[in-house]
Amino acid sequence: MKNDNAILPERAKSIRFSECSGDGSGIKCESESVSGAVSQRACVYCGARVVLNPITDAFHIVHGPIGCASYTWDIRGSLSSGEEGYRNSYSTDLRETDVIFGGEKKLVAAIDEIMTLHEPKVIFIYATCIVGVIGDDIDAVCRNAESKYGIRVIPVKSPGFSGTKKTGYKMACNAIMSLVTPEFLPAKTLGVNILGDFNLAGEMWIIKNYLRQIGVEVVANITGDARVEDLKKAPSAQLNLVQCAGSMTYLAKQMEETFDIPFIKVSFFGVTDTSDSLMRIAYAVGDKEVIKRAKAFIEEEKNRVIPLLNKYKKNLEGKKAAIYVGGGFKAISLIRQFNEFGMNTVMVGTQTGSKDDYEVIQHLVDEDAVILDDANPAELEAFMKEMGADILVGGVKERPLAYKLGVAFCDHNHERKHPLAGYEGTLNFASEINLSMNSPVWETIAQGGNKNV
Amino acid sequence: MLELTPKKLSDRSTLRINPIKTCQPVGAMYAALGVHQCMPHSHGSQGCCSFHRMFLTRHFKDPAIASSSSFTEGASVFGGGSNLKTAIKNIFDIYDPEIIAVHTTCLSETIGDDLNGYIQDAKVPEGKLVVHTNTPSYVGSHITGYYNMIAGFIKYLSEATGEKNGKLALFPGFVNPGDMREMKRLMKLMGTEFIMLPDTSGVLDAPMTGNYTMYPKGGTSIPDIRDLGNCELTLGLGELTSEFPADFLEKKCKVPYKTLPLPIGVENTDAFIMALNQFSKNEVPYEIEEERGQLMDILLDSHQYTNNKTVAIFGDPDTVLGMAQIALEMGMIPKYMVTGTPGAAFERKANALLEKFGVEGCTAKQSGDLFELHQWIKNDPVDLLIGGTHGKQVARAEDIPLVRVGFPVIDRYVHSYMPIVGYKGAIRLAELILNALMDRQDRDCEDEDLEMVM
Repeated sequence: MKNDNAILPERAKSIRFSECSGDGSGIKCESESVSGAVSQRACVYCGARVVLNPITDAFHIVHGPIGCASYTWDIRGSLSSGEEGYRNSYSTDLRETDVIFGGEKKLVAAIDEIMTLHEPKVIFIYATCIVGVIGDDIDAVCRNAESKYGIRVIPVKSPGFSGTKKTGYKMACNAIMSLVTPEFLPAKTLGVNILGDFNLAGEMWIIKNYLRQIGVEVVANITGDARVEDLKKAPSAQLNLVQCAGSMTYLAKQMEETFDIPFIKVSFFGVTDTSDSLMRIAYAVGDKEVIKRAKAFIEEEKNRVIPLLNKYKKNLEGKKAAIYVGGGFKAISLIRQFNEFGMNTVMVGTQTGSKDDYEVIQHLVDEDAVILDDANPAELEAFMKEMGADILVGGVKERPLAYKLGVAFCDHNHERKHPLAGYEGTLNFASEINLSMNSPVWETIAQGGNKNV
Repeated sequence: MLELTPKKLSDRSTLRINPIKTCQPVGAMYAALGVHQCMPHSHGSQGCCSFHRMFLTRHFKDPAIASSSSFTEGASVFGGGSNLKTAIKNIFDIYDPEIIAVHTTCLSETIGDDLNGYIQDAKVPEGKLVVHTNTPSYVGSHITGYYNMIAGFIKYLSEATGEKNGKLALFPGFVNPGDMREMKRLMKLMGTEFIMLPDTSGVLDAPMTGNYTMYPKGGTSIPDIRDLGNCELTLGLGELTSEFPADFLEKKCKVPYKTLPLPIGVENTDAFIMALNQFSKNEVPYEIEEERGQLMDILLDSHQYTNNKTVAIFGDPDTVLGMAQIALEMGMIPKYMVTGTPGAAFERKANALLEKFGVEGCTAKQSGDLFELHQWIKNDPVDLLIGGTHGKQVARAEDIPLVRVGFPVIDRYVHSYMPIVGYKGAIRLAELILNALMDRQDRDCEDEDLEMVM
């Protein structure tokens, strides 16, 4: 094992070098973090909130002390084509007396107050860490509020300690099921639901536009730029497209069982994945005209985009990439995309990847590449340096780490600056990593004989 | 944006909308990062630690490290003792800090974890230290957590040996590394020997070197924290933030204390310099006098652009009071002063300030939020907003310029490197405020009124 100094013994099984993974044990993942680790992971509440937050006309009340509401206030760059209510922060701001006497009354009052101020169709009530501990029955509060106001008030029980971020995704999926399940199943329409796109930087709009161009109707966006009325139509779709597999496979399976909607996993990161996904959607929809249009559209887009990408390629070829992202599915897409650019992925890690994800990853990368689950900054630093990464793709906590090491960076998380999905997203991605890796700033900071840079 | 904010005020006693505060632990984490070779440790669920690090990283644009006890269902039932024990072992084994500063969370407080006991039972390697403070998220705000952590260091480490060290103990208040640097510079210019706790300069504004170090060069040293107990006097800057640790140090080590407002603006900086002068008995050097004179010159040159402008200030209590002071000194009217942090002292101090300047018709509110401030502005607008990034939605909705000051500022760069305290800080604030107002005048005036010389 390399880099022994940077690795906790307990962590060793969560790190693999592609070459020595043949022992059959695989990587240790989908488990709790080690106590004391400087983990980059978030919690159950965070997982639930990031999935539901993009529902633009829902009201999201965080029941708990103020922190959880403050930290998640308008942090996800999910864009809306209409309502902006979700960009406010609502909380019961529990205080000491509430912890002693219970917070139920406060929650009831908070719902009353929101009903005075606005006309919500749906309110999500997030129960954070202490709500269960102090004995609040939020199910009862939600039920009573529903009968009092005749709207949906849906509890999302997401105490941070009750699992990982993935548990939170599940809680969010349950809440969505509760919202969209009708009394009687509607007749099927010719259309698809998009699951697991959160419209970061407007990516949902790009994908919807592609689908429109190949003649596929979108019934509901789950949850990017979603509105409650559209979500409720979801059961009538003929097919579910699952994009962020980590968060949405669970929902897709439930919808398959309950509404009889089959699903396929798709990815719109990179030319290859985008084209493959569009074709698979066309075949799954099974309409000859759609297949024809998809082929033509892909051809046209490839002809447009590939020459442009080739212009970047000479700057990117041979560079080494490091990846640290939330889910395994995105990591896989990114590795493929770097391959398209002629770049080599030397380190790849995720916060919540599954065993299957890591197996795919292992097949995609070189033998000496480093694979990490739930890594900490010390590990990221050690391996980025050892592997000589030229760029790191990650989220907010990884950015300053990369810059301190003098490594270029691209945010592929909530703070992404441009849409990175689809053909234009691929162009944006190439442009961003090119700008960061080949920025004049590297020349500037290398002046004065700073050999470390 | 924010079309959902109705102009009509309604009774809202429980629902918090768009807060101007966050919870205690992030303040404790910030304070702990200002101690050299210290690992802040969050005793609670993993999300807390992750959110706090993200929050600090977004403000400082620098890595903010901290570890977590990573609570599970089991810990929430049986207590977090074994999590903390494992955490302490792991942290010293792999991250090798000199000291771990544990703070609690709403969860560990609610289930009643006994941190004193856990830490006594923990295996701590020879020469290494573990300290803690209680930071229940449902009491106070991040400001409370910040001063609780300072008191936690004092509680565990500071000792009065009986031999005075001739130094001034300085608590800087909840300010940026740039402000802490400026305070240190002024104290050095005044020939004052001091110990400052915490000191995040050199930690959260550390230079880029091509190496990542978990523990950058900055931060108050452990021997210095011990030696706090031998200081002659404590000066607590930011009365609502620094009185608590100052009082704590007095009780423990008999170090007398004095508190002053954050040195924002002329009068507050004068008071700081005079306190240093009284302490060190050194004359105020020309360098400081010159800076003060430059500030006077600037305020006089530009007064016509600021006179009688109305301003809404929101943020942390001492920062808002300091900003109100400089606004009044620039002839502006701090029409609304709002902090999310609870505590009646804020309103008292704000009203005393208004009385001192003979200004009427202004509102000060503690435990307020941005939604309410927005409603006030809709009913009676202001010329300028001063506060953190979260005011940008209001600024856009009401088309009011926003000067970014305070915490958090997550949508701009450089701010954490630059002071708002001292005469230099006041000069910077004057520039920020004037630019905001004058850019607006240029933007809004008729073509024929566009002035080349202003």
